[in-house]
Amino acid sequence: MNQDIAVSASRIVKTYGAGTSAVRALDDVSIDIEKGEFFTLLGPSGCGKTTLLRCIAGFETPTSGTILLSGRDITFTPPNERPINTVFQSYALFPHLTVAQNVGFGLQMLGRPKSEVAEAAARVLALVRLDGFANRLPQQLSGGQQQRVALARALAPQPEVLLLDEPLSALDLKLRKEMQSELKRLQTETGITFIFVTHDQEEALTMSNRIGVMSAGKLLQVGTPRDIYDRPVNRFVADFIGETNFVRATLAGDQATLGSGDTIVVDAKGASGSVTLAVRPEQIRIAPRDRPGAIHATVAESTYFGTDMHYQLALSDGTFLIARLQANAANVYGNGDEVGVLIDGTALQLLAE
Amino acid sequence: MGKNRAFDVTTLPGFTAIAILAFVLLYAPIVTLVVYSFNGGNSVNLWGGFSLKWYKIAWENEAVQGAAVRSLIIAVWASVIATSVATLAALGTTRRKRFRGQTFIYVMINQPLMVPEIVTAVALLIFFSSVKLATGYSGLGYLILAHSAFCVPFAYLPIRARLEGMDTSMEIAAADLYATPWQTFRHITLPLLMPGVLAGAMLAFVISLDDVIITEFVKSAGQDTLPTYMLGQLRRALTPEVNAISTALLVLTVLILTAFFIITKKRG
Repeated sequence: MNQDIAVSASRIVKTYGAGTSAVRALDDVSIDIEKGEFFTLLGPSGCGKTTLLRCIAGFETPTSGTILLSGRDITFTPPNERPINTVFQSYALFPHLTVAQNVGFGLQMLGRPKSEVAEAAARVLALVRLDGFANRLPQQLSGGQQQRVALARALAPQPEVLLLDEPLSALDLKLRKEMQSELKRLQTETGITFIFVTHDQEEALTMSNRIGVMSAGKLLQVGTPRDIYDRPVNRFVADFIGETNFVRATLAGDQATLGSGDTIVVDAKGASGSVTLAVRPEQIRIAPRDRPGAIHATVAESTYFGTDMHYQLALSDGTFLIARLQANAANVYGNGDEVGVLIDGTALQLLAE
Repeated sequence: MGKNRAFDVTTLPGFTAIAILAFVLLYAPIVTLVVYSFNGGNSVNLWGGFSLKWYKIAWENEAVQGAAVRSLIIAVWASVIATSVATLAALGTTRRKRFRGQTFIYVMINQPLMVPEIVTAVALLIFFSSVKLATGYSGLGYLILAHSAFCVPFAYLPIRARLEGMDTSMEIAAADLYATPWQTFRHITLPLLMPGVLAGAMLAFVISLDDVIITEFVKSAGQDTLPTYMLGQLRRALTPEVNAISTALLVLTVLILTAFFIITKKRG
């Protein structure tokens, strides 16, 4: 057993219902989460990410498979006996207890002396910058403050693993950005393993050490944000993480022929025949038509996004490509402009369907 | 409001008249009863001037005093026992996975609401007389037990409603924070459930205080409660003393029910 693995889930299956109406919420999911890492489970709603989190927390028992915590089998351990705490999407703060009592609850239940509980509560409240709020009731706090209390409550018992179930989804954009860096800071300061669930790909990319992308109960890809973004394993991952152009092409060696008849040089890595090319909008450059290697295209639509411009480019066969360029004077094109398109063939991904 | 309603019942002909008639039928007899409790004369329907004398007479009547104390003892015990049982029943029917026969269990718990009270009364009379014969005990315990039994559904309904309205996420969060099932109940479920428990207890108290049929059948000699004492008075000369006792009972009930509504409206 690897000493550096905090949570190891292997071959987890979770089925709801029985017979023909049975739903596989988790379909043979295996994953190793390292100690001290900020790991994100990313996927659309209903992909099984929250179910996996609930299995790790102990609120659900997998239909089959095992979950190890630091090498110890906890598959059937009740939640109150797991050194794992959760920050809930709805916060689930105890409305009849003060902020300090909420934060001290875990240690109190563990039977720690009153002085230790009070000390820990004060320390953790300071950590989430809620020093002056110890005697308030949850309903007297704003949403952002309640969020911090939920975080403090889960951190106070110093769990081995902290689970966060879309904790930022109820906050407005500005507060969410603030909490993102706050979470990252807390994770670094405490050294606790964070397992974070979100459907927000930007949140996942900016905060995580590693990301696991899920869809329909399956874990599709695990890797660093850069891995996931630059080298998505399939069309779903490429499409879910950021914007992607999918272009069908036929390979002959390293030469890919697009539907429009244009060719680009790619790194085929031995693949051949019919493939899909995943091209990120920022991998496309616009150049004068006569530039060698440029593909002929017409600007169909342009959209201004502040820092950058999005151009919808029509190839000669009617295929559209989205290009994202910096919004500066050199990159201004109008609808109907005849332009050349340059694609860096070595940077793009060949996807199996 | 301000909403444009397609159907408004108040526009139908006779709405106002029917409403007034209904309220008159509901309240006129009670108002009369209350007014005549202040009668200076000896009749329940001939006015003899304002006086508090019947309150004084009732207050000093030892039979009334005894019946009032008995009523209160029974109501307190019955509401405590019924509320405890109802709380357990409500937890047992809401804090678990849905199970086969759940509706059947609900019906079983609410039996006293379905079975005609007179049937229960006769059954208890026969049952308890055998017990009395076997044990020789003839204290207030029988009345307390009988009242506890028929108060259960009245306590059960508000407690179950509260539990169903309570998000289980609090209990899940407590378990996540190392609380054992018992600690979760003690520190989270019970405090959050308290308004429901209080409401249930108050309803049970009022129902017990008011009961005639079962009490009349189950009581031993000299165990009159206020309602059965008043029933007994009907067989003799009826004086405004009964009005005074009724009015006092009415005021107590209204106070408790008002508290009940305030508690159930205030949601945690």
